[in-house]
Amino acid sequence: MGIAVVLALIVIGSVVFHFLSPWWWTPIASNWRYIDDTIIVTFWITGAVFAAVVLFMAYCAFRFRHRDGNRAAYEPENKRLEWWLAIGTGIGVAAMLAPGLVVWHRFVTVPKDAGTVEVIGQQWQWAYRLPGADGKLGASDVAHISAENPLGVDPKDPHGQDDVVIQGDNLHLQLGKPVKMLLRAVDTVHDFYVPEFRAKMDMIPGSVTYYWFTPTLAGTFDVLCAELCGTGHTFMRGNVVVEPEGAYQAWLQQQKTFAQLQAPARAEAKN
Amino acid sequence: MVDVTHGAAGPLSAAEVEDVELYHPKSWITKYVFSQDAKIIAIQYSTVALSIGLVALVLSWLMRLQLGFPGTFSFIDPERYYQFITMHGMIMVIYLLTALFLGGFGNYLIPLMLGARDMVFPYVNMLSFWIYLLAVLVLVAGFFLPGGPTGAGWTLYPPQSILANTPGQQRGIVVMLVSLILFIIGFTMGGLNYVVTVLQGRTRGMTLMRMPLTVWGIFTATVMALLAFPALFVGAVMMLLDRLIGTSFFMPAIVAMGEQLAYKGGSPILFQHLFWFFGHPEVYIVALPAFGIVSDLISTHARKNIFGYRMMVWALVAIGALSFVVWAHHMYVSGMHPAFGFFFATTTLIIAIPTAIKVYNWVLTLWRGDIHFTVPMLFALGFIVTFVNGGLTGLFLGNVVVDVPLSDTMFVVAHFHMVMGVAPILVVFGAIYHWYPKVTGRMLDDTLGKLHFWVTFLGAYLIFFPMHYIGLMGVPRRYHEIGGMAFVPSSVVTLNEFITIVALVVGAAQLAFLFNLVWSVRHGRPAGGNPWRATTLEWQTPQTPPAHGNWGKTLPVVYRWAYDYSVPGAAEDFLPQNQPPLPRAA
Amino acid sequence: MGVVLVFMVIVAAFAGWWLSRQGLAAKPWLEVGVIGEAVEPSSPATAKLGLGTFLVVASSLFALLVSAYSMRMGMADWRALPMPTVLWFSTGLLVLASIALHMAVIAARCDEPGHLRSSLLAAGVCSLAFLSTQALAWRELAAAGYFTAANPASAFFYLVTAIHGAHLLGGLVALGRTGARAFAAPREISPKAMGGLTLSVELCATYWHFLLLVWLVLFSLLMRWTDDLIEICRGLLSA
Repeated sequence: MGIAVVLALIVIGSVVFHFLSPWWWTPIASNWRYIDDTIIVTFWITGAVFAAVVLFMAYCAFRFRHRDGNRAAYEPENKRLEWWLAIGTGIGVAAMLAPGLVVWHRFVTVPKDAGTVEVIGQQWQWAYRLPGADGKLGASDVAHISAENPLGVDPKDPHGQDDVVIQGDNLHLQLGKPVKMLLRAVDTVHDFYVPEFRAKMDMIPGSVTYYWFTPTLAGTFDVLCAELCGTGHTFMRGNVVVEPEGAYQAWLQQQKTFAQLQAPARAEAKN
Repeated sequence: MVDVTHGAAGPLSAAEVEDVELYHPKSWITKYVFSQDAKIIAIQYSTVALSIGLVALVLSWLMRLQLGFPGTFSFIDPERYYQFITMHGMIMVIYLLTALFLGGFGNYLIPLMLGARDMVFPYVNMLSFWIYLLAVLVLVAGFFLPGGPTGAGWTLYPPQSILANTPGQQRGIVVMLVSLILFIIGFTMGGLNYVVTVLQGRTRGMTLMRMPLTVWGIFTATVMALLAFPALFVGAVMMLLDRLIGTSFFMPAIVAMGEQLAYKGGSPILFQHLFWFFGHPEVYIVALPAFGIVSDLISTHARKNIFGYRMMVWALVAIGALSFVVWAHHMYVSGMHPAFGFFFATTTLIIAIPTAIKVYNWVLTLWRGDIHFTVPMLFALGFIVTFVNGGLTGLFLGNVVVDVPLSDTMFVVAHFHMVMGVAPILVVFGAIYHWYPKVTGRMLDDTLGKLHFWVTFLGAYLIFFPMHYIGLMGVPRRYHEIGGMAFVPSSVVTLNEFITIVALVVGAAQLAFLFNLVWSVRHGRPAGGNPWRATTLEWQTPQTPPAHGNWGKTLPVVYRWAYDYSVPGAAEDFLPQNQPPLPRAA
Repeated sequence: MGVVLVFMVIVAAFAGWWLSRQGLAAKPWLEVGVIGEAVEPSSPATAKLGLGTFLVVASSLFALLVSAYSMRMGMADWRALPMPTVLWFSTGLLVLASIALHMAVIAARCDEPGHLRSSLLAAGVCSLAFLSTQALAWRELAAAGYFTAANPASAFFYLVTAIHGAHLLGGLVALGRTGARAFAAPREISPKAMGGLTLSVELCATYWHFLLLVWLVLFSLLMRWTDDLIEICRGLLSA
């Protein structure tokens, strides 16, 4: 008897909590509103199923509780009911899967006009590399990594000389311009994660992964590492600044290229 | 009811049932310690599993204390925190749930429910337990080694698991891998027994379609475990070689803390594939026995046959088969080829259909039943709520693009705790309240049991339901504190404190349960042979607790399926499986 | 992971075929009375089924190893090993061991203890020789500078051969016990003891045939005869 009431209260409480709780996703700052929409569709479908199943249980628990002289019905199966339920479930699943797959297709198809940003994860900091005037990133390999060349840019590759290297500072992105994030790690698995952008992908040492998005909201956002990377995992933070084109270009002009960063080191070596 | 009778319909005389040669213990040691009796082995397995589970419980308190009140407990530094989460996860998934469902319930129930005298290879069965115990001891040894146990997360992803900057990198990880390898060897020995006993040990008349769903669940899960554990075995051996002799199976060229390491050319993704090829079936290895047991609990305590028995069996088999082609849904954001996303999202969501059918059939069994709200029944109902909740959030995470923002957040933590933590453990409790009278001959205390249920069920729901929303907000998992994030409002801190307090209360309720377990062995109300008036064979043994050999002189003969509850025309509301057909009216 | 998926499909197909013969579509609530015959739990069929189940588990292990191997081979920096020619010799030895055990089975079934003993002995000797030649191959590779850590291909070679060898060692324990029983038995073995012995010999023979089959698969993989096949499969998967 009590359990019937509690089951009903669980459904009511969960629904009320869902709509009234102060905890919800962050305001979106990228083009991936589709992902949020798919989540909403999924919430409605799964929420309805949860409420229906648990309320049905609550009703049964109340209506068919044991009383003296009661006897259960004998009902081994009901083929037609079972098939209808299975088909209904299939339709519900398809209604979630289909939009999900369409959006995934967009997620993995990078637009042609997307700019490129390379993110390099290492314990426990972020570094970034932007292609220079030639629009191409130079080759890189962990074998080239040294104190002077912490990102492992190939010093012999001409494309690499004009690459903009950002270390120990925030990444800036241009508002409204699609960007392809190339993800690289030098020591272990990391994951470049900005909750407001909705997108994330692991960075695997030994390979380059990617995702793309278009920043749609100016502001400063937290960068977190989302894959356990050792004791400093919690503190692997950073910021990314999204700003309009003018401010972005002004920032970009102040950054140093790979060649400029190498020059003092080389000069020192000569002396 | 229509009688479609094959073969002789009348009761068989004792002489027609052959006795078998049985191992007989000769001394106290061989009877209770190095026993080859599946019932003793089951109790040994369960005791060890619950004991190590207690360690996992304490670890969960410690990590919750850190999350709820960061900075208050100075001994919980990041290193310790990661060790706690790693060992908590590993113990709960493998050393508690897998061992308890298959080694504990499997050993006890398979022979009894099938009308067998014992497992078919009793000696191998005994070895299985002792190797499991050794695996647990090796695992525990990690706590006492310099550097402590590994803190690489229960997924043990390389390269991090064997790099510096991970706690236990020197010895902890080696001990962990050796323990897993031992566990797998021990489990394989037990698993062979469970499978072959189901295939060969059934008594006369016990066709596959007359087996209780508990046996179906354990059987399917064992087959899956036998096929899936080798993946973890291969992964563990390869990682052990990487760690100990410097091979590069999983280790690419790496610069760690400014130093070039000697590794070259390995693939971290290869480990993830091997791990999840085991890891996803593992979820169902824990879930399928729970599905089976909960079906029997609901049917018995609602005095009604399980609704759609055939569909239930087919769904179990379908889930078992499908679970081998969904593993990469744990790797949507691992950077594997994007095309795999389409395939694995589709297979993952398809598996929801047979799972949903099982849920419908459980609740439809309640419909027009005669529901007794016993403690096992309460736990079964609690299981349905938490399982449906956790299963439905699985549809978020299985749908590849929805997983992108949610993966590696607290949403995942809440999801898997609900679906493969809380839900199966509620079944474990329900099953213990249900079968304890058979194992000991005494009932567990009812009042304590109800207290235990309400605190555990409501508490667990209060812990994990709100946690989804912290994850939706973007709070990552495996963070030992969440300060300094601009998008996290201070109310989350309050919520974390609340969750921690509830977790401590729920943990305390488990101590009441343990007390009940120990106290009732001597002081519980005597149960009699069949306190729940159940149909399945384990309740029809001549003695309670069942004696060595289970069945006295002659084996039982099975005349009907396992769910003849409230059969129209029958005097009682249950007909045991070994009850001969009713005399026909002329 | 293609190889292991193919393996799983085979297992699933077999399981499906078996289940389809178990009356899974029956409506058990309509059938009251005794159906079917009881199985004798300690019959030889049980032991054979037990071994069969174990072989499926072991196949899963080897399928996963082969999967991991072929996945690693697909990466750009794979450098193949020169395979020691002594592997041909060891393959021959394992074939001989398998044949000897097959003859042992025939001898046991025909009740010829003399032949049985000599065949068992031959099988044991060939198996030990196989293990020694494998060790020789290890040393040869190590001497040529390909030790485990040098290159993933050699690490895989050591791992694969070691796991196969460990399985053979386990089998040798069983074979040793069977041999001891065959040699300890009196000249004229009683029919009951002979029955038990025949079963043990049959189990050993099955296990050895299985290990031979696994070795042939591994050998062709190590000798790179299957490269084209793997390439085709990879093309199918990525298409």
